[in-house]
Amino acid sequence: MREVEMMTGNTAAAWAARLANVDYIPAYPITPQTEIIETLAKWISEGLMKAKLVQLESEHSMLTAAGTASCTGARVFTATSSQGLLYGFEMLYNISGWRAPLVLVNVSRGLAAPITLEPDHNDVLAARDSGFIQLHAETCQDVFDLILLAYRVSEDRRVMLPSLVNMDGFYLSFTREPVRLLDEEDVSSFLPPYQPLNPFRASRPVVKGAAVIGGHIYTYFKHNVHESMVRAGEVFTEVAKTFEKMTGRRIEPVEGYLLDDAEYLIVMTNSFTTIGKRAVMRLREKGVPAGLVKITMLRPFPKKKVVELLRGRKAVAVFDQNLSPGLGGIIYNEVASSLYHERDGPETLLSVVAGLGGKYISLEEFEHIFNLLQHPEGVDLSMPVFLFRRDELTEVRRVLKLAGMQEADAV
Amino acid sequence: MSGTRFRTLKDFPLEEFLAAGSPMCAGCGGLLALKVFHKALGGKAVFVNAAGCLTLLQVYPYSPLKSSWMYTAFASAPAGAQGIRDALDVLLEKGRISAEEDLKVVAFTGDGAAYDIGLQATSGAIERGLDFYYLVYDNEAYGNTGFQKSSATPYGSATTTTPPTEQNPVGYTGAKKDLFEIWRSHSPPYVATIAPSHIVDMLRKIEKASQFKGPKLFICFSPCPTGWGFDPSETIRVSKLAVECGVWPLKEAVFGEVKHTVVPRFLKPVEEYLSTQERYKHLFHPVRLDEAINKIQKQVYLYWRKAKEAENLDIILSEKMPIKLSR
Repeated sequence: MREVEMMTGNTAAAWAARLANVDYIPAYPITPQTEIIETLAKWISEGLMKAKLVQLESEHSMLTAAGTASCTGARVFTATSSQGLLYGFEMLYNISGWRAPLVLVNVSRGLAAPITLEPDHNDVLAARDSGFIQLHAETCQDVFDLILLAYRVSEDRRVMLPSLVNMDGFYLSFTREPVRLLDEEDVSSFLPPYQPLNPFRASRPVVKGAAVIGGHIYTYFKHNVHESMVRAGEVFTEVAKTFEKMTGRRIEPVEGYLLDDAEYLIVMTNSFTTIGKRAVMRLREKGVPAGLVKITMLRPFPKKKVVELLRGRKAVAVFDQNLSPGLGGIIYNEVASSLYHERDGPETLLSVVAGLGGKYISLEEFEHIFNLLQHPEGVDLSMPVFLFRRDELTEVRRVLKLAGMQEADAV
Repeated sequence: MSGTRFRTLKDFPLEEFLAAGSPMCAGCGGLLALKVFHKALGGKAVFVNAAGCLTLLQVYPYSPLKSSWMYTAFASAPAGAQGIRDALDVLLEKGRISAEEDLKVVAFTGDGAAYDIGLQATSGAIERGLDFYYLVYDNEAYGNTGFQKSSATPYGSATTTTPPTEQNPVGYTGAKKDLFEIWRSHSPPYVATIAPSHIVDMLRKIEKASQFKGPKLFICFSPCPTGWGFDPSETIRVSKLAVECGVWPLKEAVFGEVKHTVVPRFLKPVEEYLSTQERYKHLFHPVRLDEAINKIQKQVYLYWRKAKEAENLDIILSEKMPIKLSR
């Protein structure tokens, strides 16, 4: 077992790719992901890693090359962020349709316009219907562990689907945290060599990505992907057990924090979960029976486990660091639909939209939400609560004034 | 050319890699291009396709090809070729596959993908020196969606998005993009134009290109009976006329040096070529658009005058406009 080292989320991702012994890395720069490909490029050019890194001319081409290389039998790693993910978006659906089990890291960043650098999850959640397994990291250690788990699950013959591992830009990508890596031997025993399905070989011609004519054949393939995706959840749980035996680190699709006797819960994902936990701890100290549920696996969506953890609670707030304008938070709606058949579900299910473009969520804001959960009377539960502080509004008005603009100009 | 195994049509390889019975239109120039190209290339190949007419060669679960095929997306066939080439190279280097399992990688698209939406991906692949072939079947419009204008569409062509009208009698008023020169500006080892009427020329070029590592790029003139409006039996005649009228010059560039491979002694008037197709019908009926026809003729002369000077070609170019054809 290795010693704990301090490293950024980007470096942890690069280490996971290196220890997974990936063959091929198609790359394209974008902040805040770039450090990953720079690190890998350096290792490869120094001879520390036996892989080929090729810089493509766009994310669309990068993802195309990633998919076709995976179909040819190479273990493929690649990474992008935000606009890059959307630029290559159509290829996500192709890659899953080709059943190419590569791993793509997305370093979350809010989507333009307005163009920004800090994270929210509209980028990665846009890909939720693409047929990629989605795993979201809370810590830099998670980034490392989830990439290794992702390869093992994706390449399992019962699954054969690509994975998207998400980490928050800045909060993880450029933040050094303690990470315990694994030895090469451990990783290679956990992750056997990739066995491609019908790769391109001269002795055995194959056709991939052929057209289908007729909805019945299309439906047949889509249903196959759905079934495999559902199985990916089971395979993940199985593989996570092996991983725990090897590392002592337990990774679950959904995790509870201070759930004993908890009546008021918040549901969170990604790095802000850490500040959510701190808030919950503070409220516990004040005597509020608060708790937190973290969702790590967004696809396949772990409905049963979510329901199990929310059952019997008084009130639950789902934090969405994303926005579907005109509807609200994306994950809120997935949690709500999961609870539909549950008789003993929470009476109050509140949608909270927070942390857009990396906006910090302060302890006071968490306290405000727990306050609403304890006193939901008069709260319009059909619409999300937007977390935005008075001092933040004052700051927006201050800079507008400084620029000689009215609030009406700020559109 | 010395050392070629293709001297006359009798040397046309008999082995077939493309079976009969695909859903292409009768007389499809693109299909013919693929058939001949494949014969010269041999069987160990993977074709990386982008959206276009020929995508429908592969309708699951049937394939008319003996070789492999990968459909990627409209904009990124060259990037798909990159992934396959790179993966094969890595696997060969790591000893995970034997050299016998290696494949020639061919990006295979229409002009919409090559000239328009996929030009960026092609530029990237050539710049990176990717060891691949690119075969474009150029039918000078978006054929599969019903013949809309592409940037390969020539001046004067009617398409469904450049219809000739009273206000705009010419049809398409822009000029065909010079993809040969765009590719050549990237300095790949080999670029060529080919045509299905000149089979020996085509076979020799593919043979010649095969000796080079890096991008080997082919633009194939692909008469399209459906979009251009001529009888499917006329495909070869239309192709032949395009070459004889000087509309489709057959040439190659080896490491940037251009050489015309078929040089007509005299150029036939472009009218002979234009009048074979419905897409140019509005240039002749209901009134003859002399200005537009002359413009096309002038462009052809201008092209060949430059080529004659550059390569000292044995071609006789009349300064006068050709006489009108009697009809």
